[in-house]
Amino acid sequence: MPSRAPAASKAVRGLVDELLAGDKRAAAKLISLIEDDEPEASAALALIYPHTGRAHYVGFTGAPGVGKSSLIDRLVREFRARGRKVGVVAVDPTSPYSGGAVLGDRIRMADTGIDPGVFIRSMATRGHAGGLALATFDAVRVLDAMGMDLVLVETVGAGQSEVEIASRAHTTVVVEMPLTGDAVQTMKAGILEIGDIYVVNKSDLADTSTLVANLRFQIEERDGWRPPIVSTSALKDGRVDELADAITKHRAFLDSSGMWERRELQRARQEILENARRLLATRVRAGPEGSGFELLTQAVIARRLDPQSAAVRLLRSEASSPRSAPRRPRSSP
Amino acid sequence: MAKKIRVLMAKPGLDGHDRGVKVIARALRDAGMEVIYTGLRQTPEDIVEAAIQEDVDAIGLSCLSGAHMVLFPEVVSLLKKRKAGDIVVAGGGIIPEEDIPKLKKAGVRVVFGPGTPLKEIVAFFEKAGAAKGA
Amino acid sequence: MADSDDLQEIEARLRKWEATTLKEALKALPERRKEFLTTSSRPVRRLYTPLDLRGKPPSERLGQPGEFPFTRGIHPTMYRGRLWTMRMFAGYGSADDTNRRFKYLISHGETGLSVAFDMPTLYGYDTDAPEAKGEFGTCGVAVSSLDDMQILFRDIDVGEISTSMTINAPADVTWAMYLGMAESRGVPLTKLRGTIQNDILKEYEAQKEWIFPPEPSMRLVVDTFEFGVKQVPQWNTISISGYHIREAGATAGQELAFTLANGMEYVRWGIDRGLKVDSFAPRLSFFFNAHNDLFEEIAKYRAARRIWAREMRDTFGAKNARSWLLRTHAQTAGVSLTAQQPEVNIVRTTIQALAAVLGGAQSLHTNSYDEAYQVPNEKAVRIALRTQQILAHESGIANTVDPLGGSYYLEDLTDELEEEAYRYFDRIQELGGVIASIRKGFIQQEIANSAYRYQREIEDKERIIVGVNDFVVDEQPEVEPLRVSAASLRGQLDRLKRIRANRDRKKWQRSLDGLRKACEDEDANTMPHILDAVRSRATLGEICDVMREAFGVWEEPLLY
Repeated sequence: MPSRAPAASKAVRGLVDELLAGDKRAAAKLISLIEDDEPEASAALALIYPHTGRAHYVGFTGAPGVGKSSLIDRLVREFRARGRKVGVVAVDPTSPYSGGAVLGDRIRMADTGIDPGVFIRSMATRGHAGGLALATFDAVRVLDAMGMDLVLVETVGAGQSEVEIASRAHTTVVVEMPLTGDAVQTMKAGILEIGDIYVVNKSDLADTSTLVANLRFQIEERDGWRPPIVSTSALKDGRVDELADAITKHRAFLDSSGMWERRELQRARQEILENARRLLATRVRAGPEGSGFELLTQAVIARRLDPQSAAVRLLRSEASSPRSAPRRPRSSP
Repeated sequence: MAKKIRVLMAKPGLDGHDRGVKVIARALRDAGMEVIYTGLRQTPEDIVEAAIQEDVDAIGLSCLSGAHMVLFPEVVSLLKKRKAGDIVVAGGGIIPEEDIPKLKKAGVRVVFGPGTPLKEIVAFFEKAGAAKGA
Repeated sequence: MADSDDLQEIEARLRKWEATTLKEALKALPERRKEFLTTSSRPVRRLYTPLDLRGKPPSERLGQPGEFPFTRGIHPTMYRGRLWTMRMFAGYGSADDTNRRFKYLISHGETGLSVAFDMPTLYGYDTDAPEAKGEFGTCGVAVSSLDDMQILFRDIDVGEISTSMTINAPADVTWAMYLGMAESRGVPLTKLRGTIQNDILKEYEAQKEWIFPPEPSMRLVVDTFEFGVKQVPQWNTISISGYHIREAGATAGQELAFTLANGMEYVRWGIDRGLKVDSFAPRLSFFFNAHNDLFEEIAKYRAARRIWAREMRDTFGAKNARSWLLRTHAQTAGVSLTAQQPEVNIVRTTIQALAAVLGGAQSLHTNSYDEAYQVPNEKAVRIALRTQQILAHESGIANTVDPLGGSYYLEDLTDELEEEAYRYFDRIQELGGVIASIRKGFIQQEIANSAYRYQREIEDKERIIVGVNDFVVDEQPEVEPLRVSAASLRGQLDRLKRIRANRDRKKWQRSLDGLRKACEDEDANTMPHILDAVRSRATLGEICDVMREAFGVWEEPLLY
């Protein structure tokens, strides 16, 4: 099994150098390279990775229509006014029928994109279940390496997006809005446990007191942090300084409490295991192990071997077979 | 998996007639492409910046108010300035026949007049994407 | 009308015909298609008979022309009393350029003026604003100041001719400029006749020429109602429009429904302000599209009159019969015109104009054949005007009132469209009203879906567009171009410089401060302050900037 990262071509090394110097076109090209799983994607990521770890990753989750995009736009401006550089990765669903997508989150942020201290990238989920694309956090790392102070990630807002983003972002912001009418909102189980900050948006459009009270009642302190509930308005110029403050405070909390390291550790463990799992699954499907895997499967059905022992044998044969650098697998098993 | 073609659909200037650009965005999506639609009231700077950050293969510009002779060439020239001249630019809207050769000379690859079949437009962007791809 | 015995006999004869004559004919010659659809994709049956009139008494469904519910027309004599106003939408370049076009049209027989403004003006920007780059005069006339308005109407007696101004978000400012211009010529405001489109709801839904968010915009609209009722009583302070909704892709039924829903919303806001419905309702006017499908369009106008009359009388309690009238302008469908074989557009426009006249419109604009390329040149616009004159004087259709009334097909279609409208009214109500529906994107999405379906029908050749997907010729059309001159732009910029340099700065500043205060005071009417600013030589952009600051700018929901 190879122990060193694959060598990158001159072109890719050039792009990475430009990226580190803050060049937007290089950033865009590298994101595409990785997203498209080009042959040099792993090499590029390996070159970029040492330069990451500085930026604050903030994920935004919430139902479609709740106003995430325009909220993020205003937050970007607020952070810019505070002298921070901000990247945004906005994810929209790929159509399961055509494989295409219309990525419209950028509409909300049109003027903001031309600010030199801002970079906005739209991504389609490309078949990945949940609210993110597989390459989303790779793109986040590209922007981290580029020098962004914060990278905001906007999810699709459906399915398992809360869980995915909570496991990858430093700070998870859950955006809610009051229902028109007076029904008390039923919260999705789990959403009350993963948010670091809760936002009640469009607070100028309807009475939010019930929703806020409900949230306050149900949200509990976690790891020493009590998630604040911030109200924001739907107006284009609505203030978001309270939200920006909360995000900044959470970062400070993570740093001072040791939670940053703890979560990084958790994340690293998770990511290595996830990558290993994907690698194994791809090899098993594609490589000569394929036939070996089939043999194991047959043995299991015939009750000659139990599934656990079969897995042990698979790993052993994996470990002992010499292979060149694998392509980083794109699809989940 | 075949490489996804990414297209930016944009309405430069003040013109708000977006029926066509939205129909085309849907058609391109139905053909498997990723379409970034930046909405109304975009300046050429907004459009070029978006095209670069999104690393698109091509840009589709729509203008029905007669401002195309100023706005379309400006997009092309800004792309060149930003070293992104490889991004293909297509235009459409209410454009007199006379203006088409001038736009082409200014770097707009093709101009789609009213009534152009969607098939033709989709095929153009497919070609543009393939030419830029591996 | 047939009574139930007659209906039974009619039914029996019809069944016999289906079983014998029809059956044999179909065997020998099957129909061309499985399904026949209107332009709105509505299925059309083979034959309509008295059976389709569903036993509704004619008095309830039709009435007499000039009487509730006005299905047959808003006047007892319709075009026998007075022909519709031939009002050609015109505007390009500078006020001077457009003034010349106005005079040309008047000399060729148009009977009312209609002003098209350029993009910057429509969005409340002066010609020298950065947002106006490349957009001066290309699709309408640039009017940034009172001085421009003076030039636009030079040598035209605004006390005699009526003027319609197609402008929405800054309509109040442009109206103030018109009023200021008339005043300066000694024409009393009470004598002025005309219309401002001023229909902001359809901007959010279709045309997208908004500036401020819905609530402040509605307040500005009601300010004009209030001001008009008191000071300019012959002026239509709104033209509630379906034209643009249709052009954006809506079906005839959606055009009808969304337009009338918007209309009712305006009435509600007027009443909420404290205005008596009978004081402002008679000055609400409408503007519908005249599209391809002849009978569907005629049915649409008739259904519109019937629905409006009923809602005004029964829902809003209007007592004055003039409040029940749906007076409408019509324009032939721009979106139906082709760039291919453009002369053929003359035929399309003629059929569409025919629909508008048979449908009982009060004024009409006919498109020119070169609209798919540019703002019309003189030759093209003259033909468009002549089209109306042929209909009026040679076709005979103006000789009698509502000539198609009683047609089984037409009456059935009218009923169907009315029912479709009410279904939409209910849906909009469920969503929380028109503004809530706009915020949720419901109306915009319905329109976009219809637009997409229509295009797919063309792509699949289910719908034939002559010259585009059938009967195609490979030829370069010869269209004489109309260009905005660089001299016109320079003149406009110079004029703006002079205005800014020569005006009384103190007076100007005071007027804008007064306007700002009025905007911030929800109980104030902004019109007198806008007039004051206009008279103090504040420009359109400067006035709108004050309002942008006070009210904010609208952001539309994301949809395809």
